[in-house]
Amino acid sequence: MNLQDLSLHFSDFNLEGYSFDCQLIAGEVDVLQVMIEGFEEVPIYISTTDTQILCIAYLWSESEVAKDTRTEMLEAMLDMNIPMPLSSFSRIQDQYAVFGALATNSRLEDIAHEVITLGENAVEVLSMMSGFLK
Amino acid sequence: MSVLSKIFTAIRSGAREAGEAVVDANAVRIFEQEIVDSKKHIKKAKNSLTTVMAEKMQAARKLDAIKNDIAENEQYATKALDQGNEGLALEVAEKISALEVTLGEQQQVHDSCAAHIEKLKGQIHSAERQISENERQLNMIKTTESVHKATSAISDSFVSSGSKIVNAKESLERIKKRQQMREDKLKAAQELNEDNFDQSLQAKLKEAGIVGASSSSANAVLERLRNK
Repeated sequence: MNLQDLSLHFSDFNLEGYSFDCQLIAGEVDVLQVMIEGFEEVPIYISTTDTQILCIAYLWSESEVAKDTRTEMLEAMLDMNIPMPLSSFSRIQDQYAVFGALATNSRLEDIAHEVITLGENAVEVLSMMSGFLK
Repeated sequence: MSVLSKIFTAIRSGAREAGEAVVDANAVRIFEQEIVDSKKHIKKAKNSLTTVMAEKMQAARKLDAIKNDIAENEQYATKALDQGNEGLALEVAEKISALEVTLGEQQQVHDSCAAHIEKLKGQIHSAERQISENERQLNMIKTTESVHKATSAISDSFVSSGSKIVNAKESLERIKKRQQMREDKLKAAQELNEDNFDQSLQAKLKEAGIVGASSSSANAVLERLRNK
């Protein structure tokens, strides 16, 4: 799946009642930034490899985490990993994130569904776990 | 050391410079080369396999022919014995004995083909397993690298646009505010709808004479006052 094509598709469609604002970030690996209407604070970043499409939403940085309940937060993330639909918790350097991975031959509808679910999950996680933040 | 443990060590050490590879490019090349070699190996083994399978079929056909030949000659020998022609029977028996030697030889050819086929199939299987294992490990390296590069691109774009990743709590506040706003709008729209509905219902009731228009008229007020 070409990110440029994906960007065009996202801009054209109003999927599952949401509209999208896409921006291609060029680099050594191209990244598509997708803002879902209503969840603009949690943009979804999409990049592709030979075998998968990775969608990542950043949650918060290590510096925002309250030290005294950090272990509790990590355990909560582990516990929530399976119940949370389609997305998983992760950490990239010092940024906590939720992410989802799809096969490269996924249909546009599946990618859109993944992105929307990831956005919804990220917002839910923010409100669910904000107690663990400073 | 497996690729996963290399990645684990690299990430845990946290000493990675931006752009530094998790697993050195040389290791990636070795994996890729091993995949290419295994694929070549499989191709060669498959070529040999078809040749040997053809040889085995040929040997099986020859075996059948010799067996038929032996059975036929056994009948001749029996008939010769029945006729009391010992000399002829012995001659046929000698032919049968020669055929049996050839049968033994052909059987060996057939068996060695069968063994060779098993060996080649085993080689193909293990080469295929090796390929999928190498591809899995290669994917792990490439994904880790790709995520690292993608993350760099994302943070670079933040730097160049002058914005920063917003504080999570601030984000949440904004989202909550917007959600509240949306809910309020929805509620207001609903109330407006209900008002409109009430008004039109009232109008219809008046038109139908069910709700009297006169009840609120000045005459009605005067009437009421007179009756007091």
